[in-house]
Amino acid sequence: MATASAQRVVVERLPKSRSLRLPPWEKITPLLLVSPSVILIAVFVYGFIGATIRTSLVRWNSALPDYTFVGLHNYQRLFQLERFQADLVNTVHFTAIFLAGCIVLGLGTAVLLDQRLRGTLFFQNVYMYPLALSFVVTGTVWRWILNPNSGVNVILDNLHLGFLKSGWLTDTHTALNSLGIAAVWQMSGFCMAMFLAGLRGIPEELREAARVDGANEWQLFWRITFPLLRPITLSAVIILGHISLKIFDLVYVMTFGGPGYATDMPSLYMWVATFAQFLYSRGAAIAVVLLLMVAVLIVPYLVWNLRGETEQ
Amino acid sequence: MGNERWSRRKFVSRAGKTAGAAFLGLSFADFLAACGTSTSGTSGSGKLEIFSWWTGPGEKDGLAEMFKIYTKKYPSVTITNSAVAGGAGSTAKAVLATRMQGGNPPDSFQVHAGQELISSWVKASKMEPITSIWNSEGWDSKIPKDLKDIVSSNGDVWSVPVNVHRGNALWYNKKLLDSKSVNPPQSAEDMTSALSQLKAKGITTPLALASKGGNWQVQMLLENNILASGGADFYKNVMSGKASFTDSKVTQALTWIKQWLPYANSDSSAIDWDEADNRLIAGTAVFHIMGDWAKGDFTSKNWVPNTDFGAVPSPGTTGKYMIVCDTFGLPKGAKDRDNAVGWLKVCGSQEGQAAFNPKKGSIPARTDVPASLFDAIAQQFMAEFKTDTLVPSSAHGSATPPNFASGVNDEMGQFLQNKDVTKTASNLQKLSDEFLKTA
Repeated sequence: MATASAQRVVVERLPKSRSLRLPPWEKITPLLLVSPSVILIAVFVYGFIGATIRTSLVRWNSALPDYTFVGLHNYQRLFQLERFQADLVNTVHFTAIFLAGCIVLGLGTAVLLDQRLRGTLFFQNVYMYPLALSFVVTGTVWRWILNPNSGVNVILDNLHLGFLKSGWLTDTHTALNSLGIAAVWQMSGFCMAMFLAGLRGIPEELREAARVDGANEWQLFWRITFPLLRPITLSAVIILGHISLKIFDLVYVMTFGGPGYATDMPSLYMWVATFAQFLYSRGAAIAVVLLLMVAVLIVPYLVWNLRGETEQ
Repeated sequence: MGNERWSRRKFVSRAGKTAGAAFLGLSFADFLAACGTSTSGTSGSGKLEIFSWWTGPGEKDGLAEMFKIYTKKYPSVTITNSAVAGGAGSTAKAVLATRMQGGNPPDSFQVHAGQELISSWVKASKMEPITSIWNSEGWDSKIPKDLKDIVSSNGDVWSVPVNVHRGNALWYNKKLLDSKSVNPPQSAEDMTSALSQLKAKGITTPLALASKGGNWQVQMLLENNILASGGADFYKNVMSGKASFTDSKVTQALTWIKQWLPYANSDSSAIDWDEADNRLIAGTAVFHIMGDWAKGDFTSKNWVPNTDFGAVPSPGTTGKYMIVCDTFGLPKGAKDRDNAVGWLKVCGSQEGQAAFNPKKGSIPARTDVPASLFDAIAQQFMAEFKTDTLVPSSAHGSATPPNFASGVNDEMGQFLQNKDVTKTASNLQKLSDEFLKTA
């Protein structure tokens, strides 16, 4: 590695004819080094995406594979299903709660922790720890906490705050929001870490200058700090957004989509359709819809990021 | 790195890619290694892999008892217990589907009798018929013909029934019911009036209801009520697509559920059937309509049959026996086929069923197992099993293919919320059109 980068330095100082000067093995070695991962990704990612798309276009709706081409019939059927329609609404709803919760809480805690008071390091760690847990663990714990007969309702009762009691996960009106609480609890620490890094990266001179110009702390935050955090916010939205669109484990553990379709998600239905109902083509169609949804979010970001990198 | 031109971002991204490549490389090596071991491990005989979802108390012990009998008969065979946890086998079935599609079946696997096996793996030609084993073991004279019909198609038998659970049972807290001087209900109308009497006497939610894990518990209410309103023939017709779900008998069945729901706990989506049992034990509920695995749960919690709790057929289904039956089959391409055949013989044997069923809380599929091994309620069910009309359960995979049953789960989950009888009946009929007509 050291020699390779040393080589590079030399090469970059002589930009005139670097491709010609390279000995042949120098050209092949990098290719050889990346080829295993290129081949594996080509087969196991893009090949499988292709296979999924193909499955979604055929009539494989039992344990017996059936490759009769049916065009977009599976998609047509899918969008007519009450369950899938509910899934799409739920995904949008959940993503909104999840993003808003994580960003508001993450930014809030980050600003507080950026005050460089005593003990901030301790709290920084405390807020980060939920991130180390898997969604399955978070889901199980929150399922207990939000069980209407134990957990938080009992605490509210003991505090004589019975009017705040709720069915939480068992009530169609509150179930999705309750799921959001668990998800925000887990991921807001991650958001905080990103914002904290962003805040620490803002030069103090900018704020000093604004203060000299007579800005108060509130204006300082909204006019100086917040705009400078925009790239961080965008990254947070992208990263959390694609987690939210693909959320499966948390729902599987906490509600299994219930009550009714109140917390059902496309990813959960994809699993049920494929493995419980043996509707392989329907499951594949859901997978493709999910992929497109995530792509709508990710691709503009990747393009933007790539452009930024080439400009550097 | 010794290169000042590398920005931090580049470094991070390259490090990430290197790590990614290393990870992929590693996992590929693991993958190859895994392939190596799995192929080399197959040639040796003396192994038997049994796949099930029996991981709970009682059932796990029953399985262990059968393993003991097998080991006594075939001491050189090492048994691998590939049980996958998860209620009603939902997770296990997903794992099994992956293995079957991937051509790596276990030597024998647990499957509900009937359509769950026949509509999927038999239809996909992934199973070997066991007709010859059935005949050579003489099971025709030991296992009821109704039951043999459920596990047969096109003149062949496909799996061995190990046990029979009863899906249509109403469990009640006997002391509480007696103290309120209410009789165990016989018909659906009795049930409604018993519920309202109990509520008037201070029990706000006399019916314990569970729906966690996909609403199959509510589907059991539906199928029991269809059996009550329409009788065995109508039930079989509607579950095979020959009668309509928009029939007044089905709407009657749904209406009964709707009438009972105000007497049930509202947190059903957070509790499973065993937690519903706890409501009976705690005295906050009196009734629970559930399969007879509830009995095993009650006794494991030190409740005594016919003293603390009692059972009657679910409202309106006296004389009918809703079969929930676990069986074992023989997948094509099983690595240790001969050992698996031995396993199937143990499953169907008097000795095997006598060892398994008392632990599991079910009754034997064979009618020649001594009743003295069982508790009073099981003895009552064993006697009824011999004389009752046997019908296959749809909620537990015997009457209908999995895609239909799973769709009904969803509809029942919706029904709990919207309580719309007409809409639910028409949605059920749509599922029937889609999945039952072709089967």
